Amino acid sequence: MRAYIARRIFGMLPTLALISIIIFVVIQLPPGDIVTSTLDRLQAEGVEVSNDQIQNLRAQYNLDQPMVFQYLHWIGGFVVGDMGYSYLYSRPVNELVWERLGYTLLITVSALIFTWAIAIPAGIYSAVRQYSIGDYLLTTVMLFGLATPSFLLALIVMYIGYEWFGITIGGLFSPEYRDVPWSLDRVSDFLGHLWIPMVVVGLSGTASTMRILRANLLDELNKPYVVTARAKGVRPIKLLIKYPLRIAINPFISTIGLLLPVLISGEAIVSIVLGLPTTGPALIQALINQDMYLAGSFLMLLAILTVIGMLLSDLLLAWSDPRIRYE
Amino acid sequence: MTDNILEIRDLAVQFKTDFGVTRALNGISFELPRGKVTAVVGESGSGKSVTANAIMRLINPPGKIASGNLIFSPDGGTPFDIIALKETDPRLVQIRGDLISMVFQEPMTALSPVYSVGNQVAEAILCHRHITKQQAWREAAEMLVRVGIDDISRRIHQYPFEFSGGMRQRVVIAMALVCNPELLICDEPTTALDVTIQAEILTLILNLQQELNNSVLFITHDLGVVAQTADQVIVMYQGRVLEIGSVRQILKAPLHPYTRGLLAAIPALAKKGQRLETIASVVGDEDIETPYPLTRLKDGRQISLSPQALERIINE
Ligand SMILES: Nc1ncnc2c1ncn2[C@@H]1O[C@H](COP(=O)(O)OP(=O)(O)O)[C@@H](O)[C@H]1O
Ligand SMILES: [Mg+2]
Repeated sequence: MRAYIARRIFGMLPTLALISIIIFVVIQLPPGDIVTSTLDRLQAEGVEVSNDQIQNLRAQYNLDQPMVFQYLHWIGGFVVGDMGYSYLYSRPVNELVWERLGYTLLITVSALIFTWAIAIPAGIYSAVRQYSIGDYLLTTVMLFGLATPSFLLALIVMYIGYEWFGITIGGLFSPEYRDVPWSLDRVSDFLGHLWIPMVVVGLSGTASTMRILRANLLDELNKPYVVTARAKGVRPIKLLIKYPLRIAINPFISTIGLLLPVLISGEAIVSIVLGLPTTGPALIQALINQDMYLAGSFLMLLAILTVIGMLLSDLLLAWSDPRIRYE
Repeated sequence: MTDNILEIRDLAVQFKTDFGVTRALNGISFELPRGKVTAVVGESGSGKSVTANAIMRLINPPGKIASGNLIFSPDGGTPFDIIALKETDPRLVQIRGDLISMVFQEPMTALSPVYSVGNQVAEAILCHRHITKQQAWREAAEMLVRVGIDDISRRIHQYPFEFSGGMRQRVVIAMALVCNPELLICDEPTTALDVTIQAEILTLILNLQQELNNSVLFITHDLGVVAQTADQVIVMYQGRVLEIGSVRQILKAPLHPYTRGLLAAIPALAKKGQRLETIASVVGDEDIETPYPLTRLKDGRQISLSPQALERIINE
């Protein structure tokens, strides 16, 4: 097993090297660079910039060096854990990424728990009571959920919050707590804000999770192995959980690994609408402004988390299904 | 007065389908003598599996038991009607696996793919007795050895997909017998297996029946198997019982034209040099579709025939 994991991780390296080159090239592809986009901004504000200053800026950002040098400079730093400097935010990329990754992780995980807490019981109920009124009701509600884009849901929640309760929803902190050090009050303020992205992001996956679970479970409910188990005296609730549900849930276990890349790319639109300090909006800003170090590092992390997530999925699947484990 | 472990009285089972109600069983009645092997034969779709599932109360919607009684008489216990049991009655759990158990037709799918065979056999014990897990596993191992699983300390931790069809059926048999049920139902236990394995499994079931002395309801559509296994034979057709008799009566001197047709259609039992008959050609234009009630003849067998045909037979 350990040898297998080592082999898989080693096998990822060439893939990641290739991806890093592609990322670098793609970010450089659009005309202009961080300096030109900075100049555009300055000129729009009426600031005159001399040619000398432009040259200085270029030298400062290594933009006067050959492409290969720029690539090696970036990836060399990345490999040793230094992701460079963000011109856009005027901060080291490391700081920016870890801070935003933390919030994103919290939102993603809590949203996933929210999704499963609703979708799994609903899916089980719908399958066990197929074609009952409850099943139709849940199906209808879930279809509405499926048809509502999450950014729209975010807008609705904000509107209701503001109009009916007079609270401004947005961000993860109230203004007075935004830039102060962590304290008990700040944590409770944070939790008070966290539930909104949790619900908005979580609901978007609920409908599909429930429908998939319902379909999987319906496939399993009348399988011979379930009848056998029932015939030997297994009590109804244990029967449901240990036999058909255990198999019906298998496909979901393997999707946990696929959540890793979502930590970087996921839910950017909702985050922008709700003003969340997560990775998604920062990635988009970095790409628009050709902030090479920030955008490149984000994309590189995305690639790494994707391949690790795939490995994790395979391991989880093998762990949960002996038929795969022994191949 | 014979000692019957189970008396089936007017059992009717229906399935609601998109095309209306299917009457899978139209009020069948027969008895299972204690300690004996009763074979149920009939072409596929005649209601054999539905009968077995009804006995263990395993009929699921859209099916339902429409009427009838299943009087079960546990050894030394009070007889009770299985059909009258409420969902919460502890006796309902008992008849599933403890007093009655079943070996199914499909060994390839009868076990969950994600639990070891030891887990699944031991669970059968743990459902009915308050003993430790270790003890249950020990007893499961003993039973698995008894049904012919070698190398048990390794095999018991393996998963169903690591066993061949015949070996899986042995595991299912072990699971069915591990609580030493009073009634064992075998629903075509060899049909899905290779011909070479069929005889082995059959011998295994019969030997264990001799040792444990339980009553057996053996369902098959293979009359060749009946000759080797049964004491009593029930012939079913379209959710009805056509003929009941001892194995000798049914195989040597069948009276019902349908039973004769079944026998004539079996290669091993047809006399050498004779052309195989189709069931229809033997039955001829005899009326077997009308549900005449079972009539008991002088020699003890019961038969469902039109009054005219009955008279003809009695006069013969
Ligand atoms: N789940 C079901 N849904 C609808 N009809 C069923 C179902 N199970 C059995 N039946 C009906 O009961 C009849 C008898 O089936 P079964 O007992 O399985 O036959 P067999 O004698 O081959 O075991 C079938 O012909 C079918 O019409
Ligand atoms: Mg059948």
